[in-house]
Amino acid sequence: MNDSPLWLRIIAPLAVGFAFLALWEAATRMSGVPVYILPAPSDIAKSLWVDGPSLLGSLLVTLRITLAALAAAAIFGGLIALVFSLSRIIETSFFPYAVILQVTPIVAIAPLIIIWIHTAFLALLTCAWIVAFFPIVSNTTVGLNSADRNLLALFRLYGASPAQVLWFLRIPTALPYFLAGLRISGGLALIGAVVAEFVAGTGGTETGLAYRILEAGYRLMIPRLFAALFLLSATGIVIYLVLDLISNQLLRRWHESATAREED
Amino acid sequence: METVPILEIRALAKRFRQGVEALSGVELNVGRGEFLSILGPSGCGKSTLLRIVAGLTAPSAGDCRLSVDRAPGRIGFVFQDATLMPWSTVTGNVLLPFRIAGERGAAVRARALAAVRAVGLGGFEDAYPHQLSGGMRMRVSIARALVTDPDLLLLDEPFAALDEITRLQLNDDLLRLWAERRPTIIFVTHSVFESVYLSTRIAVMTARPGRIAVDVPIDLPQPRVRETRVSAEYGAVCQTMSAHLAAATAR
Repeated sequence: MNDSPLWLRIIAPLAVGFAFLALWEAATRMSGVPVYILPAPSDIAKSLWVDGPSLLGSLLVTLRITLAALAAAAIFGGLIALVFSLSRIIETSFFPYAVILQVTPIVAIAPLIIIWIHTAFLALLTCAWIVAFFPIVSNTTVGLNSADRNLLALFRLYGASPAQVLWFLRIPTALPYFLAGLRISGGLALIGAVVAEFVAGTGGTETGLAYRILEAGYRLMIPRLFAALFLLSATGIVIYLVLDLISNQLLRRWHESATAREED
Repeated sequence: METVPILEIRALAKRFRQGVEALSGVELNVGRGEFLSILGPSGCGKSTLLRIVAGLTAPSAGDCRLSVDRAPGRIGFVFQDATLMPWSTVTGNVLLPFRIAGERGAAVRARALAAVRAVGLGGFEDAYPHQLSGGMRMRVSIARALVTDPDLLLLDEPFAALDEITRLQLNDDLLRLWAERRPTIIFVTHSVFESVYLSTRIAVMTARPGRIAVDVPIDLPQPRVRETRVSAEYGAVCQTMSAHLAAATAR
């Protein structure tokens, strides 16, 4: 897909990033835009340094919600897919509702969930989970139903039980699909956590990063807003990279998506 | 050569739900230890017949009586594609019949390794399917079918997707394995040359709905070797079988 050498693939985007930052720095200094409209990158870096410790504390709150939601999405999403794959009638009956839950904007349901669930952490977790679980359910369901027809015939010929077919054939077939869903869900869980925090205000006694963004906005502390935003994006990227790494480690030995890279 | 029948098919018919009539009035006997090829044009129902013999598909009418035990492992099946589990090693794939039967341990593992070596894949025991060529994958598939020492081995155009050189090599390997273990083989193919080279008998099928048009014993001397392919006799038999096939397809 991309034949450029590795160093170029790292250097080129970095160069673009630095050029952009330099341009930004120069533009804000020369135009004299006030810092509460658009802070220069140096202002943001300063804020990151000064507010870093307290922002990191907030990041930890958001991260806890995100990771818990992602874990719940992986476990319950996987289980729901398993139930769907075992019974066509259950899948047909319930799948539309999973879709409805997925397409209803979380901002719209979050206030209800926060009213219904009194524990702040659980309420936020539920919001993030609703956003994150669908890609795992839909991907894994497809994966569980994608077992090779001839292999299924072979399993029947050798007298395999439904449990053996599931364990030896359907689940391994579904693994790459599940992992692809998981990578999408990682980003979505973070978005879900942030949106829920926006709606909920503070996360109980602890304050998440999303609320810090709102707060900084209200108080026109725009460099801090940018610093929080930066931390949020960085977290999203790290989550994606970690999930990508896990996925590649699990599939490295056999799956096209991971083996092709090794042969390059 | 009338031997103990292992398979008796009487008035067998298969009509699919969509109304397609795949087989009609199939009559066939197969004796123990035979190497029978079913030769026919594409889409004549050969594969369906094989699946009925394996018990994977039910016939619509007629009888398919198998005198081997239908217990798991008594019948081996090789598909046109190697049909391997990509997440398992060569040995893992060959071990599949035992794993399903719940048999584990050193004895079973030794049998799997012996089967891997018997198909010429010694040294590739721990390789994954994506690391193998198409021909090697097909060998794994054959090893998996043979590992339980089946009484009946069913092959559904196993070499159709392979290149000529690999195909000739695998023909010889299959003959060697048949000579060593003597399972009854039913081999579905659309290649006249392949069927004549391999078989002790060829049943030619008509176009859909398929039935057996002619049933011809192949008396070329055993064992078949590379020289067989260039002998005048072989050429003559191929010519006869081609004529049979053309006649069966035309009707």
